[in-house]
Amino acid sequence: MDLLDPLILARWQFGLTTLYHFIFVPLTIGMGLVVALFQTAWYRTGHVRWLQLTRFFGQIFLINFAMGVVTGIVQEFQFGMNWSDYSRFVGDVFGAPLAFEGLLAFFIEATFLGLWIFGWDRLPRLAHLATIWIAWIGATLSAYFILAANAWMQNPVGYKMAADGARAELVDFWAVLTNRVALATFPHTMFAAFMFAAAVVIAATAWHLKRGQHVDIMRPALRFGLWGMIIAFVGVFIAGDQLGLQMVATQPMKMAAAEALYNSACGANASFSIFSLGTPDGTSEIFSIRVPYLLSLLSTHSFNGCVEGINDLNTLYQTKFASFGIDDFTPIIWITYWAFRWMIGLGALAALVSVVGLWLTRKSAKRPVPRWAWTIAIWSAPLPLIASLVGWIFTEMGRQPWIVFSLMLTQHGVSPNVPGWQVLISLLAFTAIYASLAVVEFGLIFRTVRKGPAPVPVPGDGHPSESVLEDTPTTVY
Amino acid sequence: MDLAHLWFWIVGVLFVGYFVLDGFDFGVGMSLPFLAKDDIGRRQIINTIGPVWDLNETWVIVAGACLFAAFPEWYATLFSGFYLALLLILLALILRGVSFEYRHQRDSLRWKAGFDTMIVVGSAVPAFLWGVAFSNVVQGVPLDAGHNFTGSLLTLLNPYALLGGLTTLLLFFTHGVYFVALKTDGEVREKARRLATRSGIAAIVVAAVFLLWTIAIAAGKGAPLIGLTMACAVIAAVALVVSVLANLRGREGAAFGGGAVTVVFAVLTLWTALFPYVMPSSTDAAHSLTIGNASSTPYTLTIMSWAALVFLPLALAYQGWTYWVFRRRVSRTRIEKAAAAEAH
Repeated sequence: MDLLDPLILARWQFGLTTLYHFIFVPLTIGMGLVVALFQTAWYRTGHVRWLQLTRFFGQIFLINFAMGVVTGIVQEFQFGMNWSDYSRFVGDVFGAPLAFEGLLAFFIEATFLGLWIFGWDRLPRLAHLATIWIAWIGATLSAYFILAANAWMQNPVGYKMAADGARAELVDFWAVLTNRVALATFPHTMFAAFMFAAAVVIAATAWHLKRGQHVDIMRPALRFGLWGMIIAFVGVFIAGDQLGLQMVATQPMKMAAAEALYNSACGANASFSIFSLGTPDGTSEIFSIRVPYLLSLLSTHSFNGCVEGINDLNTLYQTKFASFGIDDFTPIIWITYWAFRWMIGLGALAALVSVVGLWLTRKSAKRPVPRWAWTIAIWSAPLPLIASLVGWIFTEMGRQPWIVFSLMLTQHGVSPNVPGWQVLISLLAFTAIYASLAVVEFGLIFRTVRKGPAPVPVPGDGHPSESVLEDTPTTVY
Repeated sequence: MDLAHLWFWIVGVLFVGYFVLDGFDFGVGMSLPFLAKDDIGRRQIINTIGPVWDLNETWVIVAGACLFAAFPEWYATLFSGFYLALLLILLALILRGVSFEYRHQRDSLRWKAGFDTMIVVGSAVPAFLWGVAFSNVVQGVPLDAGHNFTGSLLTLLNPYALLGGLTTLLLFFTHGVYFVALKTDGEVREKARRLATRSGIAAIVVAAVFLLWTIAIAAGKGAPLIGLTMACAVIAAVALVVSVLANLRGREGAAFGGGAVTVVFAVLTLWTALFPYVMPSSTDAAHSLTIGNASSTPYTLTIMSWAALVFLPLALAYQGWTYWVFRRRVSRTRIEKAAAAEAH
């Protein structure tokens, strides 16, 4: 393998920077909602406890938000930098949701978040509460637009090919926005983001409760996190089931790759393996634990459905997409197979931890929560995040060898004029900076969690006078 | 005028917005070591842009996305061609952005000094390189038949582009220092006013040469809007001189306004000189990207036009409101009180 192959390097960079960006995205979306809910509770009840929670989790939200913003700029620039032929080919269709994302969502998010951070003593309480909600709606809108853009790469709709075949042209923007894949991906991703935020709330509160600190503040937040996790998991599950159906309909190869199903199978034979050991090349199986009918159920919502296998699909694609000049239309099977299992497994484990947590912390509980339970709650924080990340690895690697399914191969999307050494410099620079920032970022988050909620000076009474403004400086850099 | 032409100007407006707003952000960042040695003073300076730097930076994301959507060919050629320059800009913006958020998280002078350095470097690098990049766009770069850039980083580092970089660096610096003078009190404010005079005079000299050179390039290419180019250059120059004079008289608001007008018309000078090209080729005119051959389909542009028509004025309105909410000066006593409160 050529170490300076721009294609390989550009793919690694996209994978690395996108996964890294996605550490911050779900926490921003999920924690934004958590903070908005806590602040609403404070506004409605006036209990200072909710204000302290708003500030406490708001601090974590902000440390995280800066990283989300700056790593997001990289995402937008690298389409043009590393994937210029892709950009030329899809820009007419793919650019529009990105432009909408900027004009509608990012402006709103950035502006109102600035108002929220610095506006504690500058705005009336209700207006200040509104700013966090508006910022959160901005974040949610941005998620929708970017997921619609991604969904178009999985399932291109609302376009026609230009007369000279040089690019895809938009003919129906509404079809792009209501892409069946986007409609399923959006709730799946949003609920996954809520799961991660819930996990962080659980871990942060468990850390203090384990030490018997701030109990009156942390206990309601813990229960909130536990219930939030379970509700979000139900949402992820339902949306994920829908997404699976759409995947079978639009990208059957991806579902076959998720199960490593080489030969088409029906009914009981369309089984789902919980675990399997194969020969190193993955073409045959040594041992597996299988649930009969489950793959049929996932793919078709029926016990007697048929699921197409990798070999049959590949043969079909060799004829259907002969003009692309490749023989192998399969993704890397061991990656899709294991990513799919880890996604489901870790997500379910996070939900299970919450069910146990709700039982142990119920009102009628006679015994105090054992220490090991707190420890598990703390260490469970990354579970939904890792599940989300491997979920993205699955969905993007499962799309290969396509960059836009059925229209363009990944190998044809890369910038033809950027030499490998430049991409390598770029990859190394991002790896180095992202790694060091991760150390600082997580260090700061741990520190904030350990410090716990600060006693807050209650800002102005809705009509802050000048003297109140000067006496209670709240958030400043 | 067809929609592609309209979008040439909308993208121009978005970059104007970006350079006016993030431009003075960069200036504020670069001015740290010149205006304050102590932590309270530096916090005073950083807090002038605290609530707004993020929304200012968002303009580049929106400009980039609209460039992608309206002119995919332009976006692809520019971003892949100016690879290393844009990489440096990205790295600088990353370090700068996180520094604002991380700097105050620990009460250690070493910690803060590290982030101060990153804020200064992270502001100076984009302030310089954006000027280099857009000067090269106007001057023309080697493109092949597939509209791919065929030069190297050294191609971009030519005298005209370097002068363009120095111009944006000095303009943004001066504009940022005007902003500090307008938004602070005490020693920082006094220092900022003195510094702005000196950097303003340097900016006048450099910008005058750059604007004349730009007019010469436009004239050499037979640019159809050369009259407008000259008018914009004159307005930019006059506004810059007026801003320096206003600053000398202690009219901080007028100085900042003059600085904004300067940046607006300096960018428009480049934009009118570029028209009707978007990426002229220096090797073969036939390889140039124009408004016509780089744009998206009328259908895409129609949808985008509606979005811009509705959401851009709305964005301007709520962003303007933000500036109004945070219109008060950041006083030294306010930061001192906050620091005292944190120490408890």
